[in-house]
Amino acid sequence: MNIMTMAAFAAKGEQPEILFWVGCAGSFDDRYKSVTLAICKILDKVGMSFAVLGTEESCTGDPARRAGNDFLFQMQAMSNIEVLNGYGIKKIVTACPHCFNTIKNEYPILGGNYEVIHHSELLQELLNQGKINLQGGGEFKGKKITYHDSCYLGRANNIYDAPREVLEALDISLVEMKRSKSKGLCCGAGGGQMFKEPEKGNKDINVERTEEAIETGATTIATACPFCMTMMSDGVKNKEKEASIAVMDLAELVAKFM
Amino acid sequence: MVSSMIFFACLAVAAYFVFNNIVKIRRNINLGKAFETTGNQGERFKKMIFIAFGQQKMFDRPLVALLHLFVYLGFLIVNIEMLEIIIDGLFGTHRVLLKFLGNSYHFMVNIFEFFAITIIIACVIFYVRRNVLKIKRFWFSEMSTAPRTDANIILVAEILLMSAFLWMNAADLSLQAKGLGHYTQTGSFLISSHLVPFIDHLSAGSLIFIERGAWWFHILGVLAFANYLPYSKHLHIILAFPNTYFSNLLPAGQFKNMPEVTKEVKLMLNLPLTEAENAAAPAGRFGAKDVPDLTWKQLMEAYTCTECGRCSSVCPANITGKKLSPRKIMMDTRDRMEEIGANIDKNGSFQDDGKTLYSNYISQEELLACTTCNACVDACPVNIDPLSIIMDLRKFMIMEESKAPASWNNMFSNLENNMAPWKFAPTERFNWAKKEE
Ligand code: SF4
Ligand code: SF4
Repeated sequence: MNIMTMAAFAAKGEQPEILFWVGCAGSFDDRYKSVTLAICKILDKVGMSFAVLGTEESCTGDPARRAGNDFLFQMQAMSNIEVLNGYGIKKIVTACPHCFNTIKNEYPILGGNYEVIHHSELLQELLNQGKINLQGGGEFKGKKITYHDSCYLGRANNIYDAPREVLEALDISLVEMKRSKSKGLCCGAGGGQMFKEPEKGNKDINVERTEEAIETGATTIATACPFCMTMMSDGVKNKEKEASIAVMDLAELVAKFM
Repeated sequence: MVSSMIFFACLAVAAYFVFNNIVKIRRNINLGKAFETTGNQGERFKKMIFIAFGQQKMFDRPLVALLHLFVYLGFLIVNIEMLEIIIDGLFGTHRVLLKFLGNSYHFMVNIFEFFAITIIIACVIFYVRRNVLKIKRFWFSEMSTAPRTDANIILVAEILLMSAFLWMNAADLSLQAKGLGHYTQTGSFLISSHLVPFIDHLSAGSLIFIERGAWWFHILGVLAFANYLPYSKHLHIILAFPNTYFSNLLPAGQFKNMPEVTKEVKLMLNLPLTEAENAAAPAGRFGAKDVPDLTWKQLMEAYTCTECGRCSSVCPANITGKKLSPRKIMMDTRDRMEEIGANIDKNGSFQDDGKTLYSNYISQEELLACTTCNACVDACPVNIDPLSIIMDLRKFMIMEESKAPASWNNMFSNLENNMAPWKFAPTERFNWAKKEE
């Protein structure tokens, strides 16, 4: 599979159908790189022409803004907007709810106007259009899966159904946690928490959430956000359940069954 | 005649104090900065109807919601009764509406009595939930004696007021049956007729005493209630309406832009400024340090807060024992706002008291614990946004005070130097594609 950059497209005088915004975790985090590759694989298989920014991409600025440093956020945002506008980008898919929220909601006022979708929405669309055909269950057959709502996808942007529809298309039984959808409990990473130690308390948020996921009896916890993935994986480790419970992104699950 | 005059005096005094309080609340809310509304009027009106009037968000917990709805509807409806009381009080008439309404009067009073009894039942249940069952969210650390007492005062007051109303009717019925004085026949009432046997044996004098006593207790109680409101969390019965009308209609994840920062960043990056940016006054303070740095909407929210604690009971930080409690953020904002108001009342204009909302009321530890998950915003039955206040204070703390934890400072410098929150070289950003080959 050949992953092309925007620069390469521009050199040929062509425009891809969609820009895949990989994000920092998708670029650097060893675990999340496999989600990035899964998305590329899916796009490649369905024959959608896409590009990435490669080394021209930089952080959207989300962690800076949520941590209260709006200068740094706007510096990042404005230089990203210059790059995106320079290439005349119209449509973007992100693999991260934080990138998604920032580019979709917070870039327009700074001059960046694009149609932005999250990869769960893209997957839902491709499934609905029949472009992705999933083979039945295999190793997952009859097993339970639970979906952990990302705050920045769910409450922040009201996306609850797309990820669930994607999971329902797989031959697995979806079970909900006690707190789900708009009542879903945060994994603990948002608001810049990913980049600092938690404040003093009596429990880690990700452990609380993981316990809830374990209660469902699911053998897979599906996530749609790199931070959630890290937090839930750490939670599973903390509970010493790595052998029996997997934490996987929607895209990885879909790629597996294509 | 004398009683009409006393009544008029009570009414006038109460109205004077209520008016004064309204002026003060308005003044305090206007301590805040300008606020930009979102969405259009129609959408916001709809929010108000569904969430304030229809109490839509309460129904996440259906049983309590139903009880609360009864208390609220009862409150609205029984207040129609106030109209009659005021006319009777001022003109020395008795059950003046009876003449106008004829047969429907009987029906109306039955409705009042139905609500009176449901309010009593609901308030007893609420009282038990708070004080006997001790539902957790009513006992978080910010729920010190004062806010707990506030809640109980209102519940007890409601029970007493409604009981007075029922006993008044019972005494009236008994007097009617005895054919005494001006007690015109109304026909028996839904609830109070069952109370008659308890007092029927009393003398006419005692019955009149009960009837009049309950009547005065009811009206004076309501006037006292109106004056107690401004000091209580019960202001929400009024402010829930404007507060939901000014709801944020943008996606919850969208933080408001800081135009003052945009201008400086553009200057730094050599980008052209828009006309508005050129004309804009130089930036004051980044973020919020004290109450006047917040918007009037945020201050109105503080007055609207019902102290129900639904926000804190779903807050991931609070659930896991961190110091942060979004309800406390709202209570602190109100306390500080009222402190500034009292300062102005005393000194004519605000005199520095060496205190601020940031740090004196809300600590860095609280501000740092928020995950910006929006659970509190989603849970609030009257659409309050504690997160926006947390973020404004956090911005002040980070941008003006530079009080970021070391790990955040590392993240900031990684962002500045490597364009990623982690320490990876930007040149390695596309290396993931190599893994594939
Ligand atoms: S946004 Fe912050 S204060 Fe509100 S529930 Fe989430 S962590 Fe708690
Ligand atoms: S902010 Fe809303 S949810 Fe929280 S205590 Fe106040 S009214 Fe209740």
